[in-house]
Amino acid sequence: MGILEVKNVNKRFGGLQALGNVNLSVQENTVHAIIGPNGAGKSTLLNCLVGKLIPDTGSVMFDGQSVLGRHPYEINQMGISRVFQTPEIFGDLTVMENMMIPCFAKRDGAFEMNALSAVGRQKDIIERAEHVLEDMKMLDKRNMHSASLSRGDKRRLEIAMCLSQEPRLLLLDEPTAGMARADTNNTIDLLKQIKEERDITIAIIEHDMHVVFSLAERITVLAQGTPLVEDTPDKIKGHPKVREAYLGESA
Amino acid sequence: MFGLDSKDTKLLIVVALLVILAPFILNPFPTDSALAQFNAGYPDLMQRFVIFGIFAIGFNILFGLTGYLSFGHAAFLGVGSYAAVWMFKLLSYNVIPAIALSVIVAALFSVLIGYISLRRSGIYFSILTLAFAQMSFALAYSVLSNPKFNLTNGETGLQVYPGDPQVLHHEGLPDVPHLFGIAMRDNFWEPVFGGWSFTFNNGYYLCAVLLIAVFYLSIRIFRSPFGMMLRAVKSNQQRMNYTGLNARPYTLAAFVISGMYAGLAGGLLAAMDPLAGAERMQWTASGEVVLMTILGGAGTLIGPVLGAGFIKYFENIFSKINDNVLHQWFSFMPDGMEDFMVFVLHPFIGKGWHLTLGLLFMLVVIFLPGGLVEGGQRIAALFRGGRKKRGGAEDGEHHPKPSPHVAE
Ligand SMILES: Nc1ncnc2c1ncn2[C@@H]1O[C@H](COP(=O)(O)OP(=O)(O)OP(=O)(O)O)[C@@H](O)[C@H]1O
Ligand SMILES: [Mg+2]
Repeated sequence: MGILEVKNVNKRFGGLQALGNVNLSVQENTVHAIIGPNGAGKSTLLNCLVGKLIPDTGSVMFDGQSVLGRHPYEINQMGISRVFQTPEIFGDLTVMENMMIPCFAKRDGAFEMNALSAVGRQKDIIERAEHVLEDMKMLDKRNMHSASLSRGDKRRLEIAMCLSQEPRLLLLDEPTAGMARADTNNTIDLLKQIKEERDITIAIIEHDMHVVFSLAERITVLAQGTPLVEDTPDKIKGHPKVREAYLGESA
Repeated sequence: MFGLDSKDTKLLIVVALLVILAPFILNPFPTDSALAQFNAGYPDLMQRFVIFGIFAIGFNILFGLTGYLSFGHAAFLGVGSYAAVWMFKLLSYNVIPAIALSVIVAALFSVLIGYISLRRSGIYFSILTLAFAQMSFALAYSVLSNPKFNLTNGETGLQVYPGDPQVLHHEGLPDVPHLFGIAMRDNFWEPVFGGWSFTFNNGYYLCAVLLIAVFYLSIRIFRSPFGMMLRAVKSNQQRMNYTGLNARPYTLAAFVISGMYAGLAGGLLAAMDPLAGAERMQWTASGEVVLMTILGGAGTLIGPVLGAGFIKYFENIFSKINDNVLHQWFSFMPDGMEDFMVFVLHPFIGKGWHLTLGLLFMLVVIFLPGGLVEGGQRIAALFRGGRKKRGGAEDGEHHPKPSPHVAE
């Protein structure tokens, strides 16, 4: 049994079958990449995992518990954090405040009426936020307005926010899109380092094959809403179906 | 001090001093001078400044922080007033139980209205709150006022009659709202210095003390983790949800807190003048607090107080300027010019003060989206020699987004 078990998931948007009979099993403490051409349904699949969409049929189990019908915040509290394809951060807030919010969510739960203590006195939260920012090499930007960050930095901030929660399952939707090469490599290194330091399962959607083959231990290829193959990176590289459906286009 | 950092402590002290010294500050012109009509240091108006300041401070906790624009907050103010007058009628003229009940009843009301309205956001939320407020107005104006069940006394307004129980009232206590015998409407000091005269009113100082207290509370809320979550609601609810936070109870808590501020303001209005009318709940009254908050600077600490003062000053002072006054001002001009100037300015004074206010409001929103506070900051920056770069949020202060004032 994997930490994440997706069984027979179908999702239609009107006449479009975005997901057709998707089965996916992600093993604990692995990096599992999901690749596939544009419009293959990769983001839709993630949406079904975090409560943004409810599949028409099928089941999604995280650590033995169904996530279907739960609110996104409940699913996050179960231990799933997600980085979006277009960065979702608190644009009006500073980088440091962006970091502190997930730390509060982790410490205090979905709601806590903490209206009289000063944010500046929350030493544990500040320490935690700074620590992750440091790992991300973004500590110098801590007082910046996050809306004014570059696209790549916004994405790194969002990754840092998710990591600060120490999720059990981290979902990354094209985490390095829009990043400079150096930042992409930094991000790869950081994810590898996190992976070594603690138990974490990562499911990553990525178009950048360099990132995929640097990180992934298993790869699922999705095309037109259906998984074509699932295998190790080496096998996937040479797979004829994959070349045809996906790599053939970009290579 | 008081759990605030030095910058906030300074702000609190400045506000406290301004409020305490208001009877002096607002009466800068000698009583007999032509400019005396611009003096605002009389009890009735000063009470209004402070009461509507409280109303706006509370409104800002909801609107300024979460971005949820309520168009129905006057309902809580009205409910607060009714609750207070009922306390006067049943219990006694002591303002303490009256104000306490105002806040409690407003809290209960806002839990109900907030719980339902917050199922929607953006314009739909605003419309829901507006609908609730108009329903409350209709209830107060007619439905709950009939011979069998008269809760609000309809058009006449709720007031205290000689036949009312007032079970705790006794000989020796004033027959007007009082604080353990100190009548709210009395003045405790009316000094005259040369041509200047000042009025120190009991009721005003009760309101002033409460304003300072609730202003302090609002600073604490702004600087707390809870306040940060409210700003997160405004900034990106999607991110908030996927970060494991339930936005709904945060917004509801902000809604109820701001409803309680409104209830307090309503209770104080009744404590200053023991009368409650349905017009206090009308949508124009709800719109007014929105104007105050935006004009002063939504999401800033001091903005709402400035906005409230500004609008109440206009309402009471500009509306009193008439053509005769204008003729006096321009009497130095040749006759034709004088008449012309009076003709041009006529629409903007007296009953036309709304027009002036509207124009000023437009100017502020267009050129100073951060409200009067932004104006003040720009002036301060000029004095500091404008060369210092005005970077993003260096000080961690919350600068509200200029554009959409409605939550998505
Ligand atoms: N909410 C929606 N309503 C209607 N159609 C949708 C919705 N979300 C996705 N789709 C459609 O479903 C299909 C799969 O979309 P999805 O975003 O999952 O693809 P993807 O694999 O993530 O692609 P990309 O690599 O471009 O991000 C697309 O054709 C898309 O237009
Ligand atoms: Mg996608």
